[in-house]
Amino acid sequence: MSRNQPKNIKQFLFNKRWWILTTVLLVFFTLWTAEFQQANTTSVLVSTLRHSTPLVLGAMCGLLCERSGVINIGIEGQMLMSAWGGFMVASSSGSLLLGVFAGIGIGMMMGGVLAGISVGLRGDQIIAGTVINIAAIGITSFFFSLGRTLPSGKAQVIKLGPLADIPIAGRVLFSNKPITYLTLLMIPTLWFLLFRTKWGLRTRAVGEHPSAAETVGISVIGMRYFNVIMGGGIAGLAGAYLSLEAVGSFERGMTNGKGFVALAVMIFGRWNPVGAWGAALLFGYASAIQTQFQFRDWLTNDPQFIGIIPFVVTIVVLAGFVGRARPPASIGQPYSRE
Amino acid sequence: MNNLRLFLMPILAVALAIATGAIIIALSGSSPVDAYKALIDGSLSDSKSIGRTLEKATPLVMGGLAVAFAFKAGLFNIGGQGQLVFGALIAGAVGYGITGLPWIIHTPLALLAGAVAGAMWGAIPGILKASRGAHEVITTIMLNFVALNMTDWLASKVWREEGVIVRTPHIESSAEIPRWGELPAGFFLAVVIAFLCWYLLRSTTFGFEIKSVGLNPNAASYAGISVKKIVIMTMAISGLLAALGGAIETQGVVGRYEPGFNAGLGFEGITIALLARTHPLAVIPAAILIGAMEAGGSMMQFKADVSPEITDIIQALILIFVATPIIVRWFLSQKEANELSVSTTWGS
Amino acid sequence: MWEGPDHLLLSDNLTPGNKQMSSNTLALEATGISKTFGTVKANDQINLEIKKGRIHALLGENGAGKSTLVNILFGLYKADSGIVKVDGEPVDLGRPKDAIDRGIGMVHQHFQLVPVLTVAENIVLGNEPSNKANVLDIDNAKGKVRELAEKYQLEVDTEAVVEDLPVGTQQRVEILRSLYRDADILILDEPTAVLTPQETDHLLQVLKKLASQGVAIIFITHKLREVLEVADEVTVMRNGQVVGSTTPAETDESGLAEMMVGRSVVLRVSKETASPGATILQAKNLCIKDDRGLMAVNDLSLEVRSGEIFGIAGVEGNGQRELVETITGLRTADTGEVFIGNTSITDFSPRQITELGVAHIPEDREKHGLIGAHSVADNLILNRYYKSPFSSRGIRQQKAIANYAKEMVEKFDIRTPDIDTPSSSLSGGNKQKAIAAREFSHNAQLLVASQPTRGIDVGSIEFVHQQLINQRDQGLAVLLVSAELDEILSLSDRIGVIYRGQLIVTANATDLDRNRIGRIMTTGSDSN
Repeated sequence: MSRNQPKNIKQFLFNKRWWILTTVLLVFFTLWTAEFQQANTTSVLVSTLRHSTPLVLGAMCGLLCERSGVINIGIEGQMLMSAWGGFMVASSSGSLLLGVFAGIGIGMMMGGVLAGISVGLRGDQIIAGTVINIAAIGITSFFFSLGRTLPSGKAQVIKLGPLADIPIAGRVLFSNKPITYLTLLMIPTLWFLLFRTKWGLRTRAVGEHPSAAETVGISVIGMRYFNVIMGGGIAGLAGAYLSLEAVGSFERGMTNGKGFVALAVMIFGRWNPVGAWGAALLFGYASAIQTQFQFRDWLTNDPQFIGIIPFVVTIVVLAGFVGRARPPASIGQPYSRE
Repeated sequence: MNNLRLFLMPILAVALAIATGAIIIALSGSSPVDAYKALIDGSLSDSKSIGRTLEKATPLVMGGLAVAFAFKAGLFNIGGQGQLVFGALIAGAVGYGITGLPWIIHTPLALLAGAVAGAMWGAIPGILKASRGAHEVITTIMLNFVALNMTDWLASKVWREEGVIVRTPHIESSAEIPRWGELPAGFFLAVVIAFLCWYLLRSTTFGFEIKSVGLNPNAASYAGISVKKIVIMTMAISGLLAALGGAIETQGVVGRYEPGFNAGLGFEGITIALLARTHPLAVIPAAILIGAMEAGGSMMQFKADVSPEITDIIQALILIFVATPIIVRWFLSQKEANELSVSTTWGS
Repeated sequence: MWEGPDHLLLSDNLTPGNKQMSSNTLALEATGISKTFGTVKANDQINLEIKKGRIHALLGENGAGKSTLVNILFGLYKADSGIVKVDGEPVDLGRPKDAIDRGIGMVHQHFQLVPVLTVAENIVLGNEPSNKANVLDIDNAKGKVRELAEKYQLEVDTEAVVEDLPVGTQQRVEILRSLYRDADILILDEPTAVLTPQETDHLLQVLKKLASQGVAIIFITHKLREVLEVADEVTVMRNGQVVGSTTPAETDESGLAEMMVGRSVVLRVSKETASPGATILQAKNLCIKDDRGLMAVNDLSLEVRSGEIFGIAGVEGNGQRELVETITGLRTADTGEVFIGNTSITDFSPRQITELGVAHIPEDREKHGLIGAHSVADNLILNRYYKSPFSSRGIRQQKAIANYAKEMVEKFDIRTPDIDTPSSSLSGGNKQKAIAAREFSHNAQLLVASQPTRGIDVGSIEFVHQQLINQRDQGLAVLLVSAELDEILSLSDRIGVIYRGQLIVTANATDLDRNRIGRIMTTGSDSN
């Protein structure tokens, strides 16, 4: 986007001053609750990254869809189905990789359903997404059988050689599991694709003013189908992450609202992959903080108050920032040429 | 002519869903005929089973009304579950906490307390939407999680019954909603409320304002209607309806509040509301249908050895078929199909 | 801004693509084009011949089918029947891409530009220069656009974001978009609707120049003067059919009008001089911000008295909308005051202002004027639904509503199957009549009318104009905002010309002429 481009480093820092302030405050808070111990601090940061991964993946799915003009409320359902499907395939085949592919495939398929209903049939996008969510809960609960396990356990950490030995940063950034690495790579990649390539320019045009794109020969419907399906694949990766890398098994309703929090992350990140990552880290931190409270023995008798932190943060973010954020102009409106 | 098609569409969706369900049952190795026979046996065969069906249907009526009512103003209330548990808990608290009141005061008082709790909980996303533009789809779901945690805490710390199980004490008999033979009086209360909603939307100025805001908030605002006020009040009423569902359940069926009851009810409310095409009176037969499926589930397991979760699948299928526009468009004109649209308020 | 005409004549660099200089060959030929939407036959066996290097005007009132026809030519719609030939060869125009490949370009009435992208991005969209990895080469794009802009003397800032640009400049971007793709046939759909008279003149000069280089131009308009000024040939459409073809040499304004409407048309409404009374509306030093926080109205004051029509002339986007919204209560001014009679309405809600006797015909009737899904009856009482006799103690009185509605439908000649039909099924003209019926009937003292005759048929226009005069004669104070200068000149007793949020000139209508107003609308200054 060409507006408000910072002209130099100073301007950039000034534009991001609220982020910087927040980060500084959070760093302090973390160190204080961890009693300035390296081990505790590291574990919070690791936990933050862990919690943020599915959120940023979900947000990238959401923003890919919305940048093209399609609201995807069904991210939660896509994640859940992929988590379940990936787990089932991995536990029957013994291959985690196959499970990940299955998860991505399921995500893409559900993206296809969403696209079919909202783009092809021009149905209401929010209802379509809700239908996906409900269907996902129903199907995963019905077909789930207790007691399945992953033959070789969940995905393991891969250390990046000597980099992994750096204190704190080594543990946090260079000793991660495969999907986490993949996610970190996807963020700048998606940013580049969206803002520096032909496809990205056309996608943004389709999301802001579809008829303008159509009149220069771009197929709005074609692009929306493609992007929503690809986005579904990303959500599928998030689901696979949950069951195959983070937890190592499937539980009913294991997404627990993450798909919706991802939407708040997307909005907070202004439909931009890098912004979404920042927002995801913030939300990841809000989840990680729950263990911090335990370190300090706060509210151990009333764990419910800790449990609500991520959700309250989501609401506060939405209430505080949505009004000032401007989504792509054509979202929610079915497109037809005539 | 159009009205006939409007009426047939949900019936077709249900028929398709039942047929698909039969295929799934067959694929899992059981006989669909036996399964459905058992289902009907367990839900509609005698006054006891009918009583069970109506019992299950009651919170579904209220949940469906809640979603349908919000829909009229263009709002999508997915917070039914959170609003419901608050209603159930508060009604239970008033039900056991106050003693010495005659039935005629205690029962309505407990219901009222639950309703008010739901109205307040529903008003929150309404206020957030009206003043800050936060879309209610996300805020209501977030508040569901918050509500579940909060009621959990209240039931385990504040209003806890002595003993190991986490629950509130049993309510006084003066707060109970009776049964008339096998039939729960609560159901008929829900029916009355449905009629009240219908009348309000159809014949009052307030109802006109709600519908106007739902159809065209810009023009409504130009006409002098305060869109913000309507959004807040509609969400409050929607929350109130869902909460009443919970209160009636506590006072009429369970007798106390136990965490973990009636999970997923918010989503069932959506199915019912869409099946009823957001018409308050059509919510009643839709609720009875789903209620029958749930009531008959255990009989289906017992007699035909089919897991009762199949009814969840059928419900999901009903929802898919009802909401899928190809069926909608086939039966309705584009304009009427737009009445089922909520996406226009995203991000506004 | 625009270069003067001299520049264009001196420059000889305008030779787009491969053009034959012969002006007798047909660039485009359409035969038997028909298109039906639902029950409406928008195009009925249309035949059209467009010669190279000629400007061909397509004339007709709103709803005649002109836009449908050119949308078919551009591949946005698919004709039910008929053949289109480009350069003698039949073509299949299923998508805009097909039309573009064939050298057909279109400048739309509602610009098809992506507001948040830059000028360069918009122009190259779909044909972007890139390297092998599909990475966008923006510098290349900017360079190409600059070259093109210089070639056609259509100055633009390649890095500017389109939504920040004034309307006239946006149109230039739209034209450049077609030229970037080597258009031989350029279609312009109502291009002058959003331009000042000066900008219109410049546009017509550019078109003449393009035509002289061999580009065939199809020019849709409902403005008779423009047709006579610039067209080589005219085709007139009415109710989906071609009713005649002619040239400017063979006809005049009233001749064209008669072809358009099918009967002789009153082009100027007749009215007596106004005899204004007390001041009803008073705006004092208003400063109002727009939605983006920029100052849209900048120290504006005006007065409207009972029994007079005060017209605000100006190009859209100069603060009219924000001014009207403030007077009707939908927006709050930063500083300044508005008085209705003796009451200051700062912080009043729209309803309170309506109660003071203010009626409003909104600019966008679909968005603000009517609730489409509600019945005609409900829309007719939309401003008074909560008052007796339509509502009593919160309960709606259906019978009173029905009686009133029937009365209004008859009085205002609103064509509708019955009063319970959803208002969305009415035609544009009837929708506007319904809104007029509603706003004229509640004993208002002030009427604020924004673009009251936009997009409606001539018969309805005549009707609305007559109603405005009648109401004025009965003592109503009218604030008229319109982008149609003819309408302002025809109806107003006093005129204010608005530019960038200020009233540059306020005078009696008789003291102002079209050229002077046009100059102020374009440049903001009254001096020569």
